[in-house]
Amino acid sequence: MNTMSLTNDIIQQKLTEKFGEQLTEWNEPYGMLTFTAPKDLNLKVMTYLFDDSELNFKFLTDVTAVHYPNRINEELAVVYHLHNLVDNVRLRMKVFAPVAQPDVYTASGLFSSANWQEREAYDFFGVNFVGHPDLRRILNVDEMDYFPLRKEFPLEDQTRIDKDDDMFGR
Amino acid sequence: MSDHNNIRLPEGSIEKTTTTLNLGPTHPATHGVFQNILELDGERIVKTEPTVGYIHRAFEKIAERRPYYQITPLTDRLNYCSSPINNMGWHLTCEKLLGVKTPKRVDYLRIIIMELARISDHLICNSIVGVDTGAYTGFLYVMQYRELIYEIYEEVCGSRLTTNIGRIGGFERNFTNAAFQKLEKFLNEYPGVLREFENLFTRNRIFVERTQGVGGISAERALNYGFTGPNLRAAGVDYDVRVHSPYSSYEDMDFVIPVGTTGDNYDRYQVRNGEMWESIKIIQQAYQKVQEFKGTEAEVYHANLPDYYLPEKEAVYTSMEALIYHFKIIMGETDIPAGEVYMSVEGGNGELGFYLISDGGRSPYRLHFRRPCFVYYQAYPEIVKGSMLSDAIVTLSSLNLIAGEMDG
Repeated sequence: MNTMSLTNDIIQQKLTEKFGEQLTEWNEPYGMLTFTAPKDLNLKVMTYLFDDSELNFKFLTDVTAVHYPNRINEELAVVYHLHNLVDNVRLRMKVFAPVAQPDVYTASGLFSSANWQEREAYDFFGVNFVGHPDLRRILNVDEMDYFPLRKEFPLEDQTRIDKDDDMFGR
Repeated sequence: MSDHNNIRLPEGSIEKTTTTLNLGPTHPATHGVFQNILELDGERIVKTEPTVGYIHRAFEKIAERRPYYQITPLTDRLNYCSSPINNMGWHLTCEKLLGVKTPKRVDYLRIIIMELARISDHLICNSIVGVDTGAYTGFLYVMQYRELIYEIYEEVCGSRLTTNIGRIGGFERNFTNAAFQKLEKFLNEYPGVLREFENLFTRNRIFVERTQGVGGISAERALNYGFTGPNLRAAGVDYDVRVHSPYSSYEDMDFVIPVGTTGDNYDRYQVRNGEMWESIKIIQQAYQKVQEFKGTEAEVYHANLPDYYLPEKEAVYTSMEALIYHFKIIMGETDIPAGEVYMSVEGGNGELGFYLISDGGRSPYRLHFRRPCFVYYQAYPEIVKGSMLSDAIVTLSSLNLIAGEMDG
C-alpha cells in the first residue's frame, strides 16, 4: 500500500513525464481529472495507466461518445471513465476523431467491459473501434443505416400538425 | 416427386453435432425481454449469443430535448425494480452540477427511500432465484412486503412502480404521518419475514445444490468485465459507491458491506440477503436521525432553491415571485450552468452512473447513463459456458438482469 494516496497532481505529473506535451486540455471539473489524448495514443495511455503499479487504473467504468459538430475534423469525442479502486481515484480521458473517418483503437483487449460499451458507442455515433472483435450494432436494429445520437438527427418537432395519427392522438 | 422430398435444410445442419436453441426474447424463465441463442451439446452449453435492445427507448436522445426536471421520469424506467434510486441519482447529478447542498433531513429521507428501494430490488432478485430453482413459496410470501414498500412510496410521491420521486433539491412534499407509520410497520415486521425467507432457502439442500458452484466468476474477471454492486461483491471485491464516494450523507451511517468469495449464484444470493439486513440497519439509523430534528428543522424537505425547485402551489396563486418561478420552471426557461459532471450512486445492481454534459441550455447537451446491467451482462456467455441449460436459467436470474436498465 502506498503511504501517500494518489492525487490528481501525481497522476498528471506521471502522465506528462511519460507522454510529454501530447496530452492536452488538462482540467478538473468537479474534482475529476480530465484530459485529452491524441486518438492514436488512447490505448498506450490506458495501458500505462493500467500497468503502472502506482497509477493502477484497473477498472473501466464507462465508455461513451459525444458529437460536437462544430469542432471541425474532431467532431466525435470518445470519453473513457477510469477508476483506481485501491486509492479510489477516478479520471476521464477523451480522444477526438473526425466524423469522416472515426477510427479509434479498441480497449476491449485491455478491458472486457469495453466490448459492449464500444459497440454501443459505434451503434449510436458510428465510432469505428479498430481491432474490436465484434463491432456490430447492439441496441438498434441491424438494418439501421445512420447513427442516431449524432446531432444532425433532431428529435421530431413536437408541434408538427401534418400527421394524422388518430390512434396515438397527436 | 412430391415436395416433401425436397425439404431444404440450412447448410451444415446434417453434419452439425450440436443443437441450437432460442431462449427468449419472450420466455417466462428469462424474466424480461432478452434473447439468447444457445448452442447445446446435449444439455451442456457450448456457446451463447446474447441479443439485447428489444426495449431500447433512446432515453439518451430524448433527454437532449427535455428540461431537467422532465428527465426524472425517464430514469424511472431504467431499473424499474428500484426506480427511486435512479430518481435520486439523477437529482444528485443535477445538484452536483448546480453546486447545491441539500439539508441533512432531506439526505436522511432520501436514504430511507433509497434503502427501501434496494430491499425491494434484492427481494425480487433473490425470490426469483428461488422460483427458478423450484421454490415458489418464498416469492409469494415476500411479495407482501414489497407491496408495503410500494405503499410507502405511494404515501410519499403518489405512485408505486415508476415513482418520479423527489425533485432537484429535495422532495415534492413532506413525508406524511401515514408514511412514517407504514415505515415503522415495515421496520417492525420485515426482519422476521427476512429471517423466515432465509430459513426457507439458505440451508435448503435443493437450493444450495442448485446454486453453489454454479455461475461463478473470479474477482479478477469480474473487475475486468466491469461488474459492480452485489455481483462484484459476491466475487470478493468490497467496492460500494455508498462507501467509496459517499453521497446523500451515507458517511453518517454505520453499516458493513457483505462480500462473498466465489462469485457464484449462492454467494450472490447471500450478499443480497446480507445487504438487505444492512439496509434495514441503515433505514433505522436514518429514521432515528430524522426524528431527532426539532422545530422548523423537522419540517424541512427541500433545499432553498427557487430557480429549480417548484414553489408551493398555494404560493403560486398568491405571490408574484412564486408565480414567476413556477412559470419559468414549467416552461423550461431556467437554464442550467454549463459543465461536465459524472455522478454515480449504488443502484440495485451496482454503480449507476450519470455522465452529463451541459452547454448552458434548458436541456442537457449529452446525457449518458452508465447502466450496470448492460456492462456486466456481456460476461454471461463466459459465465455459463460448459454449464447445464437449467443452471444458465438460474444464473440469468441471479445476475438480476433488468431489461429496462440494460437497453436504456
